[in-house]
Amino acid sequence: MYRYDEFDAKMVRERAQQFRYQVERRIKGELTEDEFKPLRLKNGLYLQLHSYMLRVAVPYGTLSARQMRQLARIARDYSRGYGHFTTRTNMQYHWPKLSEVPDILELLADVEMHCIQTSGNCVRNVTADHFAGAVAGELEDPRPICEIIRQWSSFHPEFNYLPRKFKIAVSATKEDRAAVKYHDIGMEVIRNEAGETGYRVFVGGGMGRTPYVALEIGKFVGKEDILAYLEAILRVYNEYGRRDNIHKARVKILAHQLGADEFRRQVEVEFAEIKRHGTLHLPPEELKRIEAYFAPPAFEDLPETAPEFEAAVKADAGFAAWTKSNLTPHKAKGYAIATISLKTIGQTPGDASAEQMDGLAQIMEDFGFAEIRVSHEQNLVFPHVRKKDLPAVYARLQALDLGAANAGLITDIICCPGLDYCDLANARSIPVAMKLQERFADLERQHELGEIKIKMSGCINACGHHHAGHIGILGVDKKGVEFYQIQLGGSGAEDASVGEIMGPGFGKDEIVDAVERVVETYVSLRAPGERLLETYRRVGMTPFKNAAYQEQMYAAY
Amino acid sequence: MLTANRLLDGEVVYWQGGDWQPDFAAAEIFDEAEAAKAALDAAQAFVRDNKVVGTYLFEVRKEANRVAPVKEREIIRSLGPSVRRDMGKQALMPAPPAAAKPVRETSPPYPPPYPEEPDVSI
Repeated sequence: MYRYDEFDAKMVRERAQQFRYQVERRIKGELTEDEFKPLRLKNGLYLQLHSYMLRVAVPYGTLSARQMRQLARIARDYSRGYGHFTTRTNMQYHWPKLSEVPDILELLADVEMHCIQTSGNCVRNVTADHFAGAVAGELEDPRPICEIIRQWSSFHPEFNYLPRKFKIAVSATKEDRAAVKYHDIGMEVIRNEAGETGYRVFVGGGMGRTPYVALEIGKFVGKEDILAYLEAILRVYNEYGRRDNIHKARVKILAHQLGADEFRRQVEVEFAEIKRHGTLHLPPEELKRIEAYFAPPAFEDLPETAPEFEAAVKADAGFAAWTKSNLTPHKAKGYAIATISLKTIGQTPGDASAEQMDGLAQIMEDFGFAEIRVSHEQNLVFPHVRKKDLPAVYARLQALDLGAANAGLITDIICCPGLDYCDLANARSIPVAMKLQERFADLERQHELGEIKIKMSGCINACGHHHAGHIGILGVDKKGVEFYQIQLGGSGAEDASVGEIMGPGFGKDEIVDAVERVVETYVSLRAPGERLLETYRRVGMTPFKNAAYQEQMYAAY
Repeated sequence: MLTANRLLDGEVVYWQGGDWQPDFAAAEIFDEAEAAKAALDAAQAFVRDNKVVGTYLFEVRKEANRVAPVKEREIIRSLGPSVRRDMGKQALMPAPPAAAKPVRETSPPYPPPYPEEPDVSI
C-alpha cells in the first residue's frame, strides 16, 4: 500500500488544523454560513436532512486493516455506529457534530486518510478497478497512476475552481469494472503495437440529468505524458466549460457539444504547449518508486485448488452458492478474489456497522491480508485469498452477517441514500431497494436469473447510477408523493450504454411488482445463456413495457 | 411551520414562540401567510447569531387529532430515516404498537396517501 511521505503527511495535518480554526471561527460567528460553506465542502462536510454528513476519501478504494479499524472507531465515537460506502468508493458518516469534525480529520490523518476534495468543484477522489493487482488478464495495476493523479490533483492551484466537479477512474483490463466511460475522464490501460503500456483516454461521460457515454479523445497516451495530457484536458475544460448554468457545467456538455474531433484538437494544442515546457513529464524513476508501494504480496506456490475448499463446497450449500457468485479467478494459482457483499437482505445497501468494520479488520489481521477494497458497486473485496482459507474466511463473514451470496445478482443493488438522508433527493431509494431484495431473496431464483444489475437513485443527480443499470430506477416527486421510473438497458461496463426510460413512474407500492414483471418477461424471452441486458438489446422495450404496465392498463378501464 | 437546522449539530429544529426547539409536535402553526412571514423575518436574528442555518417555511395538513407535513421530505425530517427507526427524532418517541418491522411501511405517525387537494397551513 502507498505510504505517505513527509509532504503528504504535512499537507493532511495542516489541512486538519486549518479546518479546526475555520470551525472555531464559524462557531464564534467570525464567519457567516455563506463564507463557511465552501470551506466545509472542500473538506467533505455537508449539511443534510437530519445532520451533518462527512465524506471520507478512500483513494482508489484501497484500505488497510489499520484504516478500517479507524473508520470503525470514528463510526462508533462520532457517528451512530455505522458508515455508508458510496458509489465513488468513499465512506460517508451521518450524524457528526460540527465541533467534532476537526477531531475526526485528525484521526483520519493518523492513518493517512483525509476528506480533501471529496466535494466542491475540483478533481475528486480517483477510483480504480476494485480487482486491481489481483485479477487475471490485467496489463498492470492501475493504482500507481491513480496515486500519481491524486498527488497531481490535490490542491492543484489551477483546478481548484473548476466550472463543476470532476471525476476520474482507471481500469486495466478489457472488462471494465470501474465504469470509466461514465466518468469525466476515464482511462484504460492498453498496450500499443510497439509493446509499450499507455492509456486510452475517454472524456465526457456522466450521469445526472444529461447522461452521456464518454468520447474517446486520446487513442494512446504514453505513460510519461499522461499528467500533461490530463492537464491539457482540464485546461480546455477550465477555460471553456460553462459557468453560467450549473446543469450544463460538467465537461460532458462541453465535450459532446464540440464533438470528439474538435475537443481532441483543442486538447492537442494545450498538450503540445505543456510538453514544450516539459514540466509535467513523469520521470520513470518516480513512477517506479510509486509502483513499488503497490507490489503484490509474495504469492505462495500453491496447487490450483485446495482439499479444504473442495470439501466445503460439497458439504455446505451456502458456501457453494457464495463461491459461485462472490469469487473471481485470481491471477495466481491457488488464490481467489472474494467479494464481500454489503447487500445482505434487510440491510441498507452499502452500510457497514462499526462491529462489521472491526470484524473485517480482524479477519485481515488473522489471515494476513494487507488490503481490503471498496467497489463502486458498494461492496468490499479481499483481493488475495488462499483457496484453502476460503471456508474459514466465509464462516467469519457469515458471523458478521456479511456472507450474502449475491454479488452481481439481482439483490446486489446499487442504491444512493435517497430522501432518508439526502438534502437533494426527491424520493426514498433505500426502502425500495430493500423491498426488491426481499422479493428476490430466494437464492436459487437469484442464481437462476443470473447477472442483473439494478441501480437506483432518489433523484436526477444519479448517485445510484440508474442510467447504467440493466434495470435502472429513478425516484421522482409528484406533489410531495414518491414515484419511481424504470429504465432498461443501461450498462456501466465495457459495453457501456445509457438506459432507456420506460414511461411514467410507478407508485411506491407498485414498483416492486413492476420490476418483477420485467424480470419474468426476461425469463420468458431469454435465449440460452443470455443476460437480461442482452435480451433487452435483442427484443427492445415493448414486451417489457407491456408487461410492466399491464395491471395499470387494466386498472384504467 | 418554520424550520431550520441547528448550526452545532445539524439537528432539525422548529419555531415556537420566538425561539427554536427540536420537537415537531410542539411547533407553531401559522394559518396566515403574514404571520408566517413575520416569524421567518424574526428567525433571521438566530441566523445572524450563528445558532441556526437554512430557515424556511413548509406546509402542514391539519387532521382530526394531529398535524402532518404535506411533503414526504418534511415527514422524514420530523422523524428520522425511515429505514433506521433507531435514529433521529423517532428514536425518542414511544414505539408504535407493531414495531417489529425494520422498514417503515407507511410513515407513522402520519397516514398516507395524501389527498389531492390538502387543507394546507404553513
